[in-house]
Amino acid sequence: MTIEATLRSRVSDAFPQALVLLENESHKHNVPDGSETHFALTVVVDAFDSMPRVKRHQAVYGLVSDLLDGPVHALALHLYSPEQWRQRSQQSPSSPECLGGSR
Amino acid sequence: MSDVIETLKEQIENNAILLYMKGSPNQPQCGFSARTVQALMACGERFAYVDVLSNPDVRANLPAYANWPTFPQLWVQGELIGGCDIVTEMYETGELQTLIKEAAVAQND
Repeated sequence: MTIEATLRSRVSDAFPQALVLLENESHKHNVPDGSETHFALTVVVDAFDSMPRVKRHQAVYGLVSDLLDGPVHALALHLYSPEQWRQRSQQSPSSPECLGGSR
Repeated sequence: MSDVIETLKEQIENNAILLYMKGSPNQPQCGFSARTVQALMACGERFAYVDVLSNPDVRANLPAYANWPTFPQLWVQGELIGGCDIVTEMYETGELQTLIKEAAVAQND
């Protein structure tokens, strides 16, 4: 299974009701073509309603910690309750430009 | 190992506004660190930073200590606020400015 598919299935298994949007942004970075190193993940789910931001992030990081220790270098997380997602007009922010380092 | 944890605790305790980042505020080495430091500087208060690229012990040990796997990490008054995504969002809503101002006032008291 690709890393992208693994990421997606881990999140969907943990939050079956969630909207999951995953983008492989590796091509924007200083890594070989076809890499799976940089991702942006948006998750929208009711369960986030009562969770502070840090807890939401820790919950998602916890699902993929082995990947972050290994192949995945950057994982931007955009974690919203359905109400917040509506307020944002269903848009996640874009990731910053790469500064050329490969680490 | 335990020395590093002590160092981390001291840094977090003694600096009301503390950013762990890749590179320095003037020369960030990563887009996520750059965006975070930009939001923090826009708050207009002095802050401390640690470059984790030149402090490999910190880079290796802070993630487990903080239960936060990546950098940057913003700590305010001993509490982990978050990384680039959270700091950027809080800046856009104005929450970051309020938080940083309050921390600066508390630090100067």
